[in-house]
Amino acid sequence: MDFRFTEDQLMMAETARKLLADTATSAQLRTMLANGMARDDARWTKIVETGLTLTMLPEDAGGLGLTEADFVLIAEAAGYAALPEPLVESAGIAAPLLAAIAPAHEVLGDPAATIAIGHAINPYVADADTAAALLLHHDGATYLRRPDEVRLIREESLDPFRRLFKVEWEPSGEPLSAAPDLWSDALDRGALFMAAQCAGLAQRAIDIAVDYAKTREQFGKPIGAYQAVKHLLATAQVQVEFAKPVVHAAAIGLAQRDVFSRARISHAKIVAAEAADLATRTALQVHGAMGYSWEVDVHFLLKRALALNTAWGGPGFHRERVLARLRAAPAGPEYGFAHAGMEA
Amino acid sequence: MPLTYTTSQQTFRQEARAWLAAHMPPAPLPHFDATRDGFEAHRAWERTLHAGGWSVVSWPKEYGGRGLDLIEWLIFEEEYYRAGAPGRVNQNGICLLAPTMMEYGTAEQKARFLPPMASGEEIWAQAWSEPQAGSDLAHIRATVTQEGDELVLNGHKIWSSRAVFADWAFGLFRTPGSERHRGMSLVFFPLNAPGVTVNAIRKMDGHVGFAELFLENVRVPVFNRLGEDGQGWHICMATAGFERGLLLRSPARYQQAAARLVALYHAQGAAADPVLGQEVARAWMNAEAYMLAIYAMCSRLLAGGKIGPEASTNKIFWSELDIHLHRTALALLGPRAELLPDAPEAAHDHDWLDGYVFSLAGPIYAGSNEIQRNIIAERMLGLPR
Repeated sequence: MDFRFTEDQLMMAETARKLLADTATSAQLRTMLANGMARDDARWTKIVETGLTLTMLPEDAGGLGLTEADFVLIAEAAGYAALPEPLVESAGIAAPLLAAIAPAHEVLGDPAATIAIGHAINPYVADADTAAALLLHHDGATYLRRPDEVRLIREESLDPFRRLFKVEWEPSGEPLSAAPDLWSDALDRGALFMAAQCAGLAQRAIDIAVDYAKTREQFGKPIGAYQAVKHLLATAQVQVEFAKPVVHAAAIGLAQRDVFSRARISHAKIVAAEAADLATRTALQVHGAMGYSWEVDVHFLLKRALALNTAWGGPGFHRERVLARLRAAPAGPEYGFAHAGMEA
Repeated sequence: MPLTYTTSQQTFRQEARAWLAAHMPPAPLPHFDATRDGFEAHRAWERTLHAGGWSVVSWPKEYGGRGLDLIEWLIFEEEYYRAGAPGRVNQNGICLLAPTMMEYGTAEQKARFLPPMASGEEIWAQAWSEPQAGSDLAHIRATVTQEGDELVLNGHKIWSSRAVFADWAFGLFRTPGSERHRGMSLVFFPLNAPGVTVNAIRKMDGHVGFAELFLENVRVPVFNRLGEDGQGWHICMATAGFERGLLLRSPARYQQAAARLVALYHAQGAAADPVLGQEVARAWMNAEAYMLAIYAMCSRLLAGGKIGPEASTNKIFWSELDIHLHRTALALLGPRAELLPDAPEAAHDHDWLDGYVFSLAGPIYAGSNEIQRNIIAERMLGLPR
């Protein structure tokens, strides 16, 4: 029992954090919006060169053969940076699904190519237009389509960096796979990595609000010196502190694929989304009218938090999975790591 | 990385479980704050625990412990709460003073004070707060002066938990004329020493759980000062870190309460209010989250890390989850929630009301949650004072 990340995992996460902090700057995000860019090619090239898109691919598919526990901190970093590109959806959720069916598939051969995924729990498919392929679900089976083989209808999101599409298609021909378990695995990864992004963006919201509160002065001193402001930020930080360990434990336990691990993933999704919601609204309040303006980045985070709250299962769906666990198996101090093979 | 127990950790769990099953008191003990009998029944339980080697599992063997690490301590706590074993009457000593004494005490002090603490022979109260010094602890006025080999204590302490029946107290005193954080010392004194007057204070629950203490020229040997003259504030803040952070409230306490809450909800079957079901799930998640955060913290500490200001987030989280959990239980009990346990119509196994009233103290003791939020804001987030 050692609930820490390894040196390798921490190093890879630090690399991702630094890369994204350097490349996903406020000015750069605004340039993307002004020019209607779907993605920043220079940043995406660096992400690919660093190997982040290969993290979870098996080695026989040319990947690093790592697990959710390795990718979870990268997803957190993507959330922290409010990353526009679909690193998490493609490399963390869709690519492992395709690799589980066809590790030699040509789409996996290009580490720069992205894969979009249409899970039944999400009515819209993110970044479908720029994807090399779409993995689509019908009756438990998996179909693969190129974007030009389906009809994509753009559904604009409040989050200006989120590119959602309704996908119209016919499930004809042979599916890639008929195994429905692949889709429940994808749901677990999806919910987990949404939670990780929420945890990251919650911390970012607090960090930028703290920076602002240190310099913005009213009544002759920094507003961060007032307890009313301190307590708002401290309360948000408490929520983050008790969401992150759940997210991390959920990542480590995901491979268990049982009622315990699924409840933990759902727990992570619920509380990380709540932390993101509280932290971003707190950041808005601390920034005051500045935070309500387009010029300050708070709204990017706030909108992302709103979107991720319902992506890969909203709170109602995930609360039901927690309740299902409580109905299916006993609770108590000896069941904290029951999924870890402990005889309770 | 792996969230799995080793074989030896699993064996240890089974050993703890078997011992507790064989030695648990046949009926719940009367509350240790309610009467002298209840207090002494808990002292006897401490003696039983000690005889089995279970009273202070994480202490070094020479002081009565097993030298176990923090993960094993967590496993023991899980089994302890799972068994429904009695509250620890000596927790002020074991959880708060002992870790500080391990760090700051001399070998002679440890040899004198730790073994009788481990056995329950000497039960400790804390004496920090004063009428004018609660959240602003640096405002204490009680004094300590050295006369030869003796320290002379004077002052008025209040809200001293366990002090009505306990044997010893540890408290903060200052050199006359010193100000704020300077000139303070942490000193131990027997509660029956000449010059000590103990006035019981009834708590909201009717129990005499704390006391006010008047000290009038109480003389103790210099030996009873922990650390150097003037080091008291520094040492107390170290103790506060343990109290808020880790040792005082192990996660198993809340996991066990959450499991009981889940059972209470499921027992209502189809009649259960689904809205309350959501709150039950929330209470369970809170307990799990606290457990996971503490496992992560213990793993860091085992690898050489230190408890930092993040301990303050723990205190806010457990105190708030405890209230929420008990409020949910009372909501499930409906109109019977307010009935005292002995009332004819009281729900079976009805200690939810006691638990609720106790939980209300959580945001106040061990440094109010407002003080904790200041600490988080200033020391974790770096906001200006």
